[in-house]
Amino acid sequence: MKTEKTLSGWRDWLLAETPESALQARLSRIYLSWLSFKRNPLAVIGLLIVVFLVLIAIFAPWLSNHLPTDQNLADRLQPPSSKYWLGTDELGRDIFSRVIHGSKITLYIVFLVAIIVVPLGLFVGTTAGYFGGITDKILMRITDVFMAFPRLILALAFVAVMGPSIENAVIAITITSWPPYARIARAETITIRHSEFILAVQQQGASAWRILLKHIVPMCTSSVIVRLTLDMAGVILIAAGLGFLGLGAQPPSPEWGLMISQGRQYLLDQWWVSTIPGIAIFIVSLGFNLLGDGLRDVLDPTNN
Amino acid sequence: MSLIQQITEMYTPLLNVENLNVEFRNHAGKSIHAVRDVSFSLGQERLGIVGESGSGKSTVGRSILSLIPTSAKIKANKIALNGVDLLKLSELEMRQFRGNKISMIMQDPKHALNPVMRVGDQIAEAFRLHNRIGRAKAKQKVLDILNDVQIRDPERVFRAYPHELSGGMGQRVMIAMMLIPGPDLLIADEPTSALDVTVQMQILAIIDDLVRDKGMGLIFISHDLNLMASFCDRILIMYAGRIVEECRASELSQAKHPYTKGLLACLPTVENSDQKLTTLNRDPAWLE
Amino acid sequence: MAGIIDIHNLDVHLGRGKDAVHAVRNVSFSVKKGESFGLVGESGSGKSTVLRAISGLYKNFTGKINIDGKVQNQHKGVDFYKNLQMVFQDPYASLHPRHTVDQTLSEPLQIHKLDQVEKRIRTALERVGLGLNFRFRYPHQLSGGQRQRVAIARAMILEPRILLLDEPTSALDVSVQAEVLNLLTELRIEYNLTYILVSHDLAVVAYMCEQIAVMNQGQIVENLSKDQIMKSNATERYTQQLLAASKGYDRDAAGKLLQF
Repeated sequence: MKTEKTLSGWRDWLLAETPESALQARLSRIYLSWLSFKRNPLAVIGLLIVVFLVLIAIFAPWLSNHLPTDQNLADRLQPPSSKYWLGTDELGRDIFSRVIHGSKITLYIVFLVAIIVVPLGLFVGTTAGYFGGITDKILMRITDVFMAFPRLILALAFVAVMGPSIENAVIAITITSWPPYARIARAETITIRHSEFILAVQQQGASAWRILLKHIVPMCTSSVIVRLTLDMAGVILIAAGLGFLGLGAQPPSPEWGLMISQGRQYLLDQWWVSTIPGIAIFIVSLGFNLLGDGLRDVLDPTNN
Repeated sequence: MSLIQQITEMYTPLLNVENLNVEFRNHAGKSIHAVRDVSFSLGQERLGIVGESGSGKSTVGRSILSLIPTSAKIKANKIALNGVDLLKLSELEMRQFRGNKISMIMQDPKHALNPVMRVGDQIAEAFRLHNRIGRAKAKQKVLDILNDVQIRDPERVFRAYPHELSGGMGQRVMIAMMLIPGPDLLIADEPTSALDVTVQMQILAIIDDLVRDKGMGLIFISHDLNLMASFCDRILIMYAGRIVEECRASELSQAKHPYTKGLLACLPTVENSDQKLTTLNRDPAWLE
Repeated sequence: MAGIIDIHNLDVHLGRGKDAVHAVRNVSFSVKKGESFGLVGESGSGKSTVLRAISGLYKNFTGKINIDGKVQNQHKGVDFYKNLQMVFQDPYASLHPRHTVDQTLSEPLQIHKLDQVEKRIRTALERVGLGLNFRFRYPHQLSGGQRQRVAIARAMILEPRILLLDEPTSALDVSVQAEVLNLLTELRIEYNLTYILVSHDLAVVAYMCEQIAVMNQGQIVENLSKDQIMKSNATERYTQQLLAASKGYDRDAAGKLLQF
């Protein structure tokens, strides 16, 4: 029966009032969120930009017509042409190919930051919020310590000590980004900690860790995801900033911030060298911001 | 003016609602017909509207004040207060009407009071909005009003913030505020549902006395059948947006409509505790 | 005393320092096996606090709580919870909003490592009159009455011997309340359960319970049997007033209310 479903058949299956399996229930929930998400055209544009970025990163070798590190000194600082679609830089490297390959680095940074920041923030925040008392005090004061540093300055200090590289830049960004997540998770945890559905699992004899993982964390994830998406623009900008200052990715890596930095001395005469990666950063940051706004409208429990 | 006109004028009820229909859209975009063809009139009496959740009883109260979401559509032949059709008023005129002629008491006074302003100052402000008097005079007036709603220590309540008041005290303050402009019609939407029974009695006594002394009309919206029967003069029973039955409060126990009978029968009492409670079988025919 | 639940000189303090409240004062009562015991009182009377102390949700109490012959201390084993379950007041707040009915019901089974999960969930759903159609719905797809049935199924799925009911119907319409009360009555007979029912609604308590304790300001004012309530045979002034106020509005009586 399920093998030959028409499009409308699937739609009905997803919108069924009485789902027949856990899978259908979950998919139906996602589908309903998607329906309300796609009503917001800006959010859809944001999503398209982010999906586009991922696709470009995956297919970078096939999309680019030059190697990102291929130098051709005879063709240095060429304006956009049919051979070099977005021109070349001071070493005669094709900017189009470099921007395409740079997307991989940007995604790599974004991904690394996300998988470290979210679990860390959730763990610290929910633990502090749920147990309260002395645990809360200790964990939140630690959080405050990290929050007290200006983001870029701490990142700069860290990279200065550890040496410049993308990985160190990611660690530096992570160290300065997790505290807000812990705060969000803690706030959410405190509002639901005494609600009856948590009392009910306590009354079933569940252990504290079980309650945290299975009952409290799922209630915090949506606001954390929204915050993460909105933060991504900032993360990309700091990564680019570190690259620009020479403390992130190192030459000849086609990291966008580094590209801007290297092209800035030619800005007046060969504007494209710096401007093209700048536009790329701008579009991707905008995409994450729009997506985050859209997700907030869909996922924020206070809206339902 | 003809004689007939004069006579009808004399007998114009305080409030006359004819064929009220309210429709709104839910978040999925589905249209919901919340109130269907509701007509009733009200004199200087205590009229109860009773029904279960979703019966449309609150929507009736709110549409009289036009206090419903903008997505909702009110259609009616007439909603007339003292002969003035409220549907024909502009937004501005309606706002004045709302303050001066009709007041509403809601279930939770905490939502209606400004949490960061002292109770006394809020009432005084409401008072000075309607009367041109100085601060000192306004304060004295407020203390009088608080006294009217049987607050024993008006000075203390005057200085209190809303969160420092108990449920019963908050509801008294709410009633005090609503009575300042001297309305002709008071709409009370579950005013005592969150209160303990003894406090409920006291609040109802206050409303009762005020309505009697000032000659107001009262629409009392509640889900509590026993309370309605003992408090109101006349009761409308609503089901799925319609009035299914109207009766004198004292005769509620002899109600005829199967829905009303069913509701009365499912109430638990100490007397019927050896039997199963009767449950309500909803007949689709009630929807017609 | 040989009840399944014996409470002796229970005292509960809530909060700390300046905000501390002596919520329950010197409360003692005993509930026999298979009996339905009612605690009635106005808000702040401490009735729910007593229930939560028994259920293990409040750990800071003094006095003796004796369940099934065992003295309860601060530490509760998993077995304790299998024997004693609770149904909460607000069906809109007591189910996890992101868990399906299926997840909600399988959680206690996983905690207590019970087998035959599939069969137990089916039986529980059918027993509370919901049917399998509801198994994969989320709480927001259920009405208040259906939610409360899920909450009852969740409590019953561990096959407890004692059920604590904290205002189980006060958020429901009267017609739905009747269905839920009937269900609770059937379950009690079928499984020989012991109930402690807390409510502000004297009619509900009088309908459901054989023994009733009236509470005010943390203390038990009076113990009444069903018979005494039927005859309005209360000795304490507070109880008499409560009985009268529950009958409906009466202007004269309202003027004579005393403050307790």
